[in-house]
Amino acid sequence: MNSTNKNEHTHPTPTNGQWKTFGSFVQKEFYHITRDQTTLALLLILPVLLMILFGFSINTEVKNSQIAIYDPSNDVATRGIIEKIKASDYFTVVRMLNNPAEIEKQFLKDDLKMVVIFSDHFYENMQRTGKAQIELLTDGTDPNSAMTVVSYASNIIGLYQQDLFKIQQIPFEITPSVKLMYNPELKGPYFFVPGILGMILMIICSMMTSISIAREKEFGTMEVLLVSPFKPMYIILSKTIPYFVISLVNLATMLLLSVFMLKVPIAGSLFWLVTFSILFIFLSLSLGLLVSSIANSQLQALLFSGMVLVIPVVMLSGMIFPIENMPAFFQWFSKLIPATWYITGVKKIMIKGLGFTSILPELGVLISMTILLIGISWKTFKYHLE
Amino acid sequence: MENVIEVNNLTKKFGSFTAVDHISFEVKQGEIFGFLGANGAGKTTAMRMLCGLLPSTSGKGLVAGYDINTQSEQVKRNIGYMSQKFALYEDLKVWENIRLYGGIYGVPEPQIVSKTNDLLKRLGFENERNTLVNSLPLGWKQKLAFSVAIFHEPKIVFLDEPTGGVDPITRRKFWELIYEATDRGITVFVTTHYMDEAEYCDRVSMMVDGHIEALDTPKNLKQMFHADTMNEVFQKLARKAQRSDS
Repeated sequence: MNSTNKNEHTHPTPTNGQWKTFGSFVQKEFYHITRDQTTLALLLILPVLLMILFGFSINTEVKNSQIAIYDPSNDVATRGIIEKIKASDYFTVVRMLNNPAEIEKQFLKDDLKMVVIFSDHFYENMQRTGKAQIELLTDGTDPNSAMTVVSYASNIIGLYQQDLFKIQQIPFEITPSVKLMYNPELKGPYFFVPGILGMILMIICSMMTSISIAREKEFGTMEVLLVSPFKPMYIILSKTIPYFVISLVNLATMLLLSVFMLKVPIAGSLFWLVTFSILFIFLSLSLGLLVSSIANSQLQALLFSGMVLVIPVVMLSGMIFPIENMPAFFQWFSKLIPATWYITGVKKIMIKGLGFTSILPELGVLISMTILLIGISWKTFKYHLE
Repeated sequence: MENVIEVNNLTKKFGSFTAVDHISFEVKQGEIFGFLGANGAGKTTAMRMLCGLLPSTSGKGLVAGYDINTQSEQVKRNIGYMSQKFALYEDLKVWENIRLYGGIYGVPEPQIVSKTNDLLKRLGFENERNTLVNSLPLGWKQKLAFSVAIFHEPKIVFLDEPTGGVDPITRRKFWELIYEATDRGITVFVTTHYMDEAEYCDRVSMMVDGHIEALDTPKNLKQMFHADTMNEVFQKLARKAQRSDS
């Protein structure tokens, strides 16, 4: 009797029977998910809905914005720029203003998105000093579209200067912003796709895993499992596998939708994009485990993962609001959010088409975070069992 | 009869708080051992130590012949456990629940199949094999949960307030199942709030403030405390308690 006991102690690797049990546990987790068809449908359709929602309805593209122009110079340069503005789809010039006093009045009256104000002697200044001024006056009550309109206009002005530069060797003074370089048509989906990827994976992995573990605690089945000889580690592992599979399905759905519906192609390596995403899935799963080791009910798990994990991803990861525009504290804070690094990495591979070496910093940070999180959640899980 | 549980000066401290204070007792094979006490008396902590869930601070405990501190794996293999919550998976079918729990305790697959058939026949559940547990009536769930807890033929089954929130008739029926199990040689270690159930036990221990204040057959306890019912015995003992949950 004693010798067999010792054997069991010195062989921590699972036996055949334990693998079978583990298998039936994974199967049980799949049953939990597939027999709750409302939730399953939600899990599979949610990414599609979000892609459509962000891709089409919440569109940052601004077309045919009504603008006015005040041009006291009326020279070759200003006329050239105005021509370019008129030619673009983005702007409709509804009024040419004659004096500065009109600007504010018309702004309110015509519901203008922007007024373009040239300085006096525009061309002359440009020739002599290399500096000429254009003021872009926008409606700050709608900062998002104001920003977009400004970036369109800057882009147009920049293009004009580039044209001029080719002929006349005039040094240019406005550089188009980095975003424009990789998203020349300023398509909204380019911004949103990486963000939605990050958000969905976070929801599926962290939220659903933590809820499903909390459910076992709530229903008392966890207690029975803990009294059994089945190792807690296998219980937890069996929970993560179905959500890992669902995440992969979601990832595939979202990438397909992105490429074929939103016309955002995968510029870089698909292999690295998927590998990088799987790393993020592991990280999200370990976050879910951490939440579940703290939360004792499904409601707690839901609130905790919703408030602490998902909302910061939406607000602070650069998914919707550019990190560069945040106050310093939040910029610093956003660095602590795993999704920030994931979204940056996805932008690099998917949108900019950069290679594997370019995401090394993101890869490094995410790997360290994953190891740290698994360590912490394992410790807290053990602690809470006692 | 051999002892299947032997506890000697078992103690559990949480910081400066002594939840279980030097308790000692034995439980014989095939016995129904009632483990009673008010809320906060230390019942749950003691039971968790016996199940190998919680390491003790000091003292010794043998369950099914294994040391609870050093051989918790073997202890877990040889006991069954059922709580008030029944702990069946509501969205799994009856047979899926049985197979899952059988698998956890390492019952070989062919044996699970034949034992499942026997079990369903004995309980009269043959038509419910493929029914989801959430559509079973409460009493049936309770029967099933108990049968699942002893499916792997443990030496001892721990029942943590198994009849909480159940009507008296269903409770009575549940005790018939417990008697059946003891007939098969399984020892039953049961905690309960219901003093009428204490009367059904072979021996009863009364825990107050981490100590075992009394341990004997219901008949002897009633004599000792000059009481007509176990409820009176309990009231007399619980009055001494210094601490409680509420």
